[in-house]
Amino acid sequence: MTELVLTPNIGTADDFYADLLEAHEGLSKAESDALNARLILVLANQLGDPQMLRAAIAAAKLPRG
Amino acid sequence: MTAIFERELYPYKRHADQDAAAPVRRKVVIVGAGPVGLAAAIDLGRQGVEVVVLDDNDKVSFGSRAICFAKRPLEILDRLGCGQEMVDKGVIWNKGKVFFGDRKVYEFDLLPETGHRRPAFINLQQYYFEDFLVARARELEAGGAPLGLRGKNRVAEVVDKGDHVALTVETPEGPYQLEADWLIACDGAGSPIRSMMGLDFVGRVFEDNFLIADVVMEADFPTERWFWFDPPFNKGQSALLHKQPDGVWRIDLQLGWDIDKDEEKKPEKVIPRLKAMLGEDVKFELEWVSIYTFQCRRMEKFRHGHVIFAGDSAHQVSPFGARGANSGVQDTDNLGWKLRAVIEGIAPEALLDSYDVERVHGADENILNSSRSTDFITPKSDMSRIFRDAVLDLSEHYEFARPLVNSGRLSVPCVYDGSPLNSADALHGPARTRPGAPCPDAPLEGGYLLDRLGDRFVLLAIDAEVPEDGFEEAGVTVEVLRLSAADDVTGELRRRYLGDEACAVYLVRPDQHVAARRAGWNERFMRSALRRALALGGDEA
Repeated sequence: MTELVLTPNIGTADDFYADLLEAHEGLSKAESDALNARLILVLANQLGDPQMLRAAIAAAKLPRG
Repeated sequence: MTAIFERELYPYKRHADQDAAAPVRRKVVIVGAGPVGLAAAIDLGRQGVEVVVLDDNDKVSFGSRAICFAKRPLEILDRLGCGQEMVDKGVIWNKGKVFFGDRKVYEFDLLPETGHRRPAFINLQQYYFEDFLVARARELEAGGAPLGLRGKNRVAEVVDKGDHVALTVETPEGPYQLEADWLIACDGAGSPIRSMMGLDFVGRVFEDNFLIADVVMEADFPTERWFWFDPPFNKGQSALLHKQPDGVWRIDLQLGWDIDKDEEKKPEKVIPRLKAMLGEDVKFELEWVSIYTFQCRRMEKFRHGHVIFAGDSAHQVSPFGARGANSGVQDTDNLGWKLRAVIEGIAPEALLDSYDVERVHGADENILNSSRSTDFITPKSDMSRIFRDAVLDLSEHYEFARPLVNSGRLSVPCVYDGSPLNSADALHGPARTRPGAPCPDAPLEGGYLLDRLGDRFVLLAIDAEVPEDGFEEAGVTVEVLRLSAADDVTGELRRRYLGDEACAVYLVRPDQHVAARRAGWNERFMRSALRRALALGGDEA
């Protein structure tokens, strides 16, 4: 099985980040929350593999300490 | 209003047991003549096991209640002798629509797998189900089966005597004493037997109320399951519309926790709600209204000595997924042959502990599924609601999100993985027919597989050589059902039971679950498997 990638993997990091912020521009907190939730679900479907998804959730919780 | 509710199906009649000088001992006493108690009674009675059913009522239950019956229970009812009536009367459905807010987000077709005698689901009011069961019980009784149904017999006291149970039974003519070698408590979620015995019933309470209504209408709604999340006619809540026979529609409206139940049940409150849902111009009559809350919980153990709990008395789930009555019928399917084997001295009482193991496993699976549905339908936190709404919004546009929509995961039988009755898998066959699995049906020349398996221990030999007369072990005769490619008219038998293997021998239990399977006949292996399936301790072959 492929490991969850936790090293730099986005070729154009600054562009992605700018796109992400732009998508939220002008949205209310509720609209932004909804967009984030939809985005997580879209990305999760792309990832697909249950073990990878669990690893991603665990990684998002940040390591202890 | 159908008169079926009013009919006294098993009116009180004085029984000789009430006049006996000393308490009469019966082999099996079942408390509760609901679907589960009646199914258990029919199963035992038709196998010649003496069984008495006591119920504090004498009629079918009022209102539609459990309305969705899945394939596996229908297959069990075929075995009991009333599957056909159910399917003939029931409404078969496969399609549905999901609504979110004021719009339809998607339609679905369950596209049930072909090659099964019975449909994936039917909708049928619980009172019809009970009516068919009572008729079948009466038919067996008339044919000489040792099965008795006693209406207006309420168990007032139960005393566990170790090797039997002593009961005090109240009747319109006063109380009497009765004893039972075995007591099966099928007396519902509020089980008086469970309370009298001081037994636990722990789990999760869902703080919610649902209004359920049976509505008679002449409407051209299609035969589909319609589910609404947050509809305009029931803001912030959910709603379900489902078709039943006789032009009766079942409507479930979520009401939330903090409501006045008596107020909400009043027609002047209910009818405007329904009009908002169905449209002002739809003519309908209200047949039945009820408000329910639910819990997801189970007893720690279903067997307590000679008292065994089955159905809602042992486990309770949310209604989403139709896992209540369906799982109760499966309880009885699991229990019937085991109890008979113990009563006849073929198997030790330890066999009944496997009822506990297997059906607790089933209950946990049902509780897990129905809790998850409830968490989706009624989000418990802000973030849970945000994700739920995100799933629904996405589902309108993208197919990928639709499997995440959870308005009930409809009942499928569980596989008894890890059961002490299973032998190690000795076939590289399909996972769906591994030891512990319920046998899937398959079309055969002139019929269906499950009818041929019946309700006995049987060796299913597919293109495999086995002794023609089967074998005998521990007082049980194991017969043979020999099938070959020529019987397999659709190839489903091969797909479901062989996979890539050329041949296989299955040992199938009386409840049509796989006890063991092997790529070819091996006497020692199958004898051992049979002993293991009877809790007699098989040795490793």
